[in-house]
Amino acid sequence: MEPPARIDSPMAMQRSREITINGLLYAALVIAVFITMVPIALMILTAFKTPAEIAGLDYTLPDEWQWANFTDALRIAPFARYLLNTVVVAGGVTVLHVFFSAMMAYAFARLRFPGRDFVFFLFLATFMIPPQVTLIPQFILIKELGWIDTYAGIVLPQVFTAFGTFLLRQSFLTIPRELDDAAHIDGCSRWGIFWRIILPLSGPALATLAMFTLLFHWNNFLWPLIVSNSDATTVIAVGLGRFTGQAGTAWHLLMAAATMATLPTIVFFFIAQKWFVRGVLQSGLGGR
Amino acid sequence: MINRLQTRLAAATMRNEEAFSAWLFLAPGLLGWAIFIGLPTVAAFVLAFYEYNLLSPPRFVGLRNFARLPGDEVFLAAFINTIYFTFATVFFSVVIGLALAILVDRALRGFIFLRSLLLLPYVMVMAGVAAVFRFIYMPDVGLMNATLALVGIDGPNWLTSETWAMPALIILSVWKAFGYNMFLFIAGLQTIPGHLYEAAEIDGANAWHKFRFVTLPMLSPIMFFVVVISIIGSFQVFDQAYLMTGGGPGTSTTTLVMYVYQMGFQSFRMGYASAVAFVLFVLILLFSLVQFVLQRRWVHYE
Repeated sequence: MEPPARIDSPMAMQRSREITINGLLYAALVIAVFITMVPIALMILTAFKTPAEIAGLDYTLPDEWQWANFTDALRIAPFARYLLNTVVVAGGVTVLHVFFSAMMAYAFARLRFPGRDFVFFLFLATFMIPPQVTLIPQFILIKELGWIDTYAGIVLPQVFTAFGTFLLRQSFLTIPRELDDAAHIDGCSRWGIFWRIILPLSGPALATLAMFTLLFHWNNFLWPLIVSNSDATTVIAVGLGRFTGQAGTAWHLLMAAATMATLPTIVFFFIAQKWFVRGVLQSGLGGR
Repeated sequence: MINRLQTRLAAATMRNEEAFSAWLFLAPGLLGWAIFIGLPTVAAFVLAFYEYNLLSPPRFVGLRNFARLPGDEVFLAAFINTIYFTFATVFFSVVIGLALAILVDRALRGFIFLRSLLLLPYVMVMAGVAAVFRFIYMPDVGLMNATLALVGIDGPNWLTSETWAMPALIILSVWKAFGYNMFLFIAGLQTIPGHLYEAAEIDGANAWHKFRFVTLPMLSPIMFFVVVISIIGSFQVFDQAYLMTGGGPGTSTTTLVMYVYQMGFQSFRMGYASAVAFVLFVLILLFSLVQFVLQRRWVHYE
């Protein structure tokens, strides 16, 4: 056993210095977390207050939790329908995006054919074009197809990205080719190789892409704003935006609606936190 | 002879089969991409030379849409606002993100959980964020001015002031983005080998020297990445402005994408809106090129 260090020994001084520094670091982090959480807490707490409490500049807990704010908000705007639409749209884009991206990535990563590099390059070049640039022609196209205010009109133009193919191709390239060859010799078709070897071995990459696609399209605003013009197809981001205009300064209803719209992504974040943080750390993708 | 021919034929069939399979795998994706991305991309550039209001047939007007831009005061305001928003938002979200990353990149108890909370704003839907911040910016009951009042500052009426509406959007955007940047910087910090710091210490480097001569150069590739994607993202700003201020008061928060939206979907001037969108595209392209040229001077690759 070591004898206890004396207060004025160099080791003790170093330790106390370390404790001070760590304390300061904790303080800095706690302040950052506090500033980050204040608007979120304010949103949730205000959702449970009466208009009188809100006008009274009361930032503490509600006197009595007003669950009726949520039912009142639901009565003014069909948020349940908006959430359903968002599930259909964001879910639809995610499934199709991941699936088509994987198929293309497999062809670009594994199969040889004339013009492969040229097609891949051409495809990647559209990566550079911001989506707002194609906004107007896409809208005209959807209008000509008679798809305004339909799920297809919102979903399909957002399914095909160079990004998804690029990301999955990178991941497929890390799978040893010997596995393909072995399966090929065993009489496995190319579809079989893709479906039973490549996809199962790419779980993390597929999950990362799916997660960011889902999150991005849950929150996506501009394209659904333009394409939908009735409650039948309105997603939560657009519906909440429209509700903001109607509710004016009825903050209790507005915050109840905002809480309902935001809660799914916050819950999703806490469930998938490990994956999510790892995804950000690994590839630094912003869901584009 | 016949045998060799047969082998070659078999190899050719094999190659054909492979190419055929490849195109089958590519078909759905490429077809969809051609229809929904490729075609609109070409159309976007063509449309900029036309006048089109969705009702009467498009009319070719040559360069007139572009010629009109320099004299369009709203366009000029949108251009300047977009650059103002972008540089302020990127500067603060990168500096705060970097500072926090350096502070919290440590394996202390609870750090992993606490710092992950900083990503929450990033996952929140902008419409919800905008609703909360409109509440926070209220001149009478808002938290912002209540906080400022504590230190004796008489806060402005944020969203109805031509001077303060844009800073209000910038504060919101920095709040939403800095946590994401912080995580990218943490990823970068974790790739710096510890022996570099030890070597610096042996050479008598203090904390500042270590930051300036080890951390910053080693972090420059990720810094480059963060700055470029942040700037490209910020150039495309729309949601905040649409939801918080509608581009006002006056034109003080009208951004380029906002103006594309207004021209295209409120005034139905599709050709003119396409010309504005074209400017946005060129701005992003030019900026990216400049960055890639400049990176040789300051980005340090191992």
